[in-house]
Amino acid sequence: MLTDISVLFQIAGIGIIVALIHTILKQMGKEEIAQFATLIGFIIVLYIVINGLRDLFNQIKSVFLF
Amino acid sequence: MDILQIVMVSIVASILFIILKDVNPTFAFFIIIVVGIMIFASVIGQIRLIFQVIQSLGDQANVPGLYLETILKIIGIAYIAELGASMTQDAGLQSVARNIELAGKIFILLLAIPIITSVIEAIVSFLPTV
Repeated sequence: MLTDISVLFQIAGIGIIVALIHTILKQMGKEEIAQFATLIGFIIVLYIVINGLRDLFNQIKSVFLF
Repeated sequence: MDILQIVMVSIVASILFIILKDVNPTFAFFIIIVVGIMIFASVIGQIRLIFQVIQSLGDQANVPGLYLETILKIIGIAYIAELGASMTQDAGLQSVARNIELAGKIFILLLAIPIITSVIEAIVSFLPTV
């Protein structure tokens, strides 16, 4: 369950760093690798968020007697 | 979690959202989702306590368990539909949000059918048979 505020900073940090890497790689002319970096950052954050959502929905199920 | 902590988390999240909105809109949306999860996670323990109190009161008043269970399920469906609708609306998908609300209403109606039929049967049994 996501109860820690550090997750927020984690996601924001990953987002900023991924944007940075994207910009640098684009400047170097490696467009495809830049896309891959963005995609991988997206997947990492999606993993965190989906785990949190799963826990939340399990808890809702147990509380609301589904 | 305390109310002060929830408010502080929301303020920090909105600042992070403003920073991230221009840099990387996808991750900014993830921050919205995570804040929603965190706030509800801190509230759900209290909701469980309230429901336990409601159920014990219902047991004392001899209310059939089916009715209370249905009401709790309806509250749950309403909350989940609201969560999904607001998140899709934040992402800019107004029509999907409206469809989620419609689906929530339909499911609530479906759950309420046993109660409605029992009410109608009670009314019919009061009517004098001619």
